[in-house]
Amino acid sequence: MSTIFGIPTPALYGQILIGLINGSFYAMLSLGLAVIFGLLRVINFTHGAQYMLGAFAAYLLLTYAGISYWPSLVLAPLLVGAVAIVIERFMLRRLYGLDPLYGLLLTFGLALIFEGAFRHWFGAAGKPYAPPAQLTGALNLGFMFMPIYRGWVVAASLFVCLGTWLLIEKTRLGAYLRAATENATLVQAFGVNVPLLLTLTYGLGAALAALAGVLAAPIYQVSPLMGSNLIIVVFAVVVVGGMGSILGAIVTGYVLGVLEGLTKVFYPEASSIVIFVIMAIVLLVRPAGLFGREE
Amino acid sequence: MAVGTQYLAEQPRLRTTSFVLGGVALAALLAAPFFFYPIFLMSILCFALFACAFNLLIGYVGLLSFGHAAFFGGAAYFTAHAVKVWGWEPLSGILLGAAGAAGMGLIIGFLAIRRQGIYFAMITLALSQMFAFICLQAPFTHGEDGIQGVPRGHLLGIIDLNQPHAMYYLTLAIFLFGLFAIWRIVNSPFGNILKAIRENERRAISLGYRVDRYKLGAFVMSAALAGLAGGTKAIVFQFATLTDVQWQMSGEVILMTLLGGIGTMIGPIVGAGLVIALQNYLASSQFPVTVLIGIIFVICVLLFRRGIVGEILEFMKRKPKGTA
Repeated sequence: MSTIFGIPTPALYGQILIGLINGSFYAMLSLGLAVIFGLLRVINFTHGAQYMLGAFAAYLLLTYAGISYWPSLVLAPLLVGAVAIVIERFMLRRLYGLDPLYGLLLTFGLALIFEGAFRHWFGAAGKPYAPPAQLTGALNLGFMFMPIYRGWVVAASLFVCLGTWLLIEKTRLGAYLRAATENATLVQAFGVNVPLLLTLTYGLGAALAALAGVLAAPIYQVSPLMGSNLIIVVFAVVVVGGMGSILGAIVTGYVLGVLEGLTKVFYPEASSIVIFVIMAIVLLVRPAGLFGREE
Repeated sequence: MAVGTQYLAEQPRLRTTSFVLGGVALAALLAAPFFFYPIFLMSILCFALFACAFNLLIGYVGLLSFGHAAFFGGAAYFTAHAVKVWGWEPLSGILLGAAGAAGMGLIIGFLAIRRQGIYFAMITLALSQMFAFICLQAPFTHGEDGIQGVPRGHLLGIIDLNQPHAMYYLTLAIFLFGLFAIWRIVNSPFGNILKAIRENERRAISLGYRVDRYKLGAFVMSAALAGLAGGTKAIVFQFATLTDVQWQMSGEVILMTLLGGIGTMIGPIVGAGLVIALQNYLASSQFPVTVLIGIIFVICVLLFRRGIVGEILEFMKRKPKGTA
C-alpha cells in the first residue's frame, strides 16, 4: 500500500473528500452570509437555524407527506425562504439604519427560538435521512472508493456557488443588487424598488442555507442543533475570507474545509480548532481578511 | 446608548435619591439570605457581576463581545482545579480564576480588537468556541464530566464556607467589590476616554489617544471581572462544567445586559436577577427555556432597546423638567 508522509493514501484521499464536503457547506453558508451582509448590513445569526430548518423540512416532507429527496431540494428552500421573507418584512426591516449589532442580536434570538422549539418537539437526537436510491453506492475512482452521494454533494455545491456568483455578477438583477450595495439611495432614485430587493436578498440567502441543509441531511443526521455549531465555524470562515467578495467567500470555504480534513489526518487532536487558529493567524497578518478591504 | 451615570452625576437630587436607594438595596442584600434560598441568591449575584463585567465593554466602550463565556467558564475551571487538585484556599483560588481569565482576555482581546463592530463580535465568538473545544479535550477539565465535588473549604483557613450564610456573605462581598471596581473604572479619566472611543473612535485617535491600548485594557478588565464571577460560581456550586464555556452562556449574559439596560450601572443586575429567576421558575415546567430566551431577545431588540432600567431613566429624564 502506498503512503505519503507515513499516511496510507486511501486514508488521505478519504479525509480530503470529507474536507471537500465540509468545505462545500462552509462555502454555501458563507456565500449566503456574504450576500445578505453585502446588501442588508446584517450578520444573519439565524443562518445556522435556516440550514437546520432546510434539513428538517426535507425530513418532515418525507415522513409526513411522502415527498422524496428531489422535490424537497426545491420545496424546502422555498418554504424556508418564505419564512425568511416574513421575518425580514416584520422584524429586520425595523432595524435598518440602527447599529448593525441589533440585527445580530435579533437574528440570534430568532435562532434560539427555532432551535429551542425543534429541540422541544423532536428531541436532541439526530434523525437518519436516507439518500435517494439513484445516489446510493460507491464509485471506484481507481485510487479510492467514493460514495456517490458525497460526490454529488460536492458537484451540487460547486454548481450552486457558481450559479449564485453568475446571478450576482452577470445578470441585471445582480447588477441592481451590486449597485444597491454601493449606494442604496441613488439606486432607489433611479426607480428600483430597493425595499423589495432587500426582502428578496434575505429570502435568497435563507433559501441557500436551506438548500445546504437538504444536501446535508443524508450525510449528517437531521438534528435541531446541527446548525448552531456549524454557524460559528462559518463565522470564522467569513472573518478569514473577508465579506467584501462573493468569490472570496466561496474559495475560502472550500480551502478551509480541505485544510480541516488534512489536519484530521496529520494531527487529529487539532482538527476541531484548526479553522479558528487559521483565523487568528489571518487576523495577525492581514486583519481585513484574505479577500476583504479595509473599511 | 449609555446615559445612566453621567446623568446621575449632573442631577444632585437624583444623586441623593440614588444614594438612598443604594442604601436600601444594600440592607436588602444583607438581610436576603434569611428570607430566600441562599444558593439562588448567590447564583443571581454571580451572574449579576458577570453581566456588569460584560456591560463594562458593551456599555462604555461599545464593543459587543460574543465570547464572554470563555472568561466566566474558564475561570470556573481554573478555580475548581486549584481548590480541588492543588488544595488551595478558596479566595486565592477565586483570584487565580480571575487572573487566568485576565490572561485569556489579553490573548483574545489582542486578536479581536484588530477588527471593529460586527467582526469583533464574530471573532470573540469564534475564539471562545475554540476555547470550548479545548476544554472538551484537555485532561484537566475532565471533558463532559467537568470538575465535580469542589470543596468549599475555609476562607483564609478560618471561616467555614460550608455554612450557607458564610458563603453568601463572601459572594456578596466579592460582588460589591466587583461593582465598586466597575464604578471606579467607568468614572475615572480612563473611563471617560473609553466613552470617547465609543462615541467617535476616529476623533479619539486624532486627539492622540492610542485607542487600541484603551480597548485592550478595558477588554482585559472586563474579562478579569467576568472571571471573578466565574471563579466564585465554581466555589458556590462546587463544580465547573462545559455549560459555562459554551456560546449559549455568552448569549445569556448578552440577554441579561440587554434586558436590564446596556450602559446603565444597575441594568445588568436587574436583567441577571430576572433571567435567573425566570429560569428557576421554568425549570419545573415543560416550556423550553431557550425559546423563551429567544422571544425576550426579539422583544427587547424590537421594542425597548434601552432595556428596563434604561427606559426608566429615559422616562425620568424627560419628566423632571416640568415638575422640578
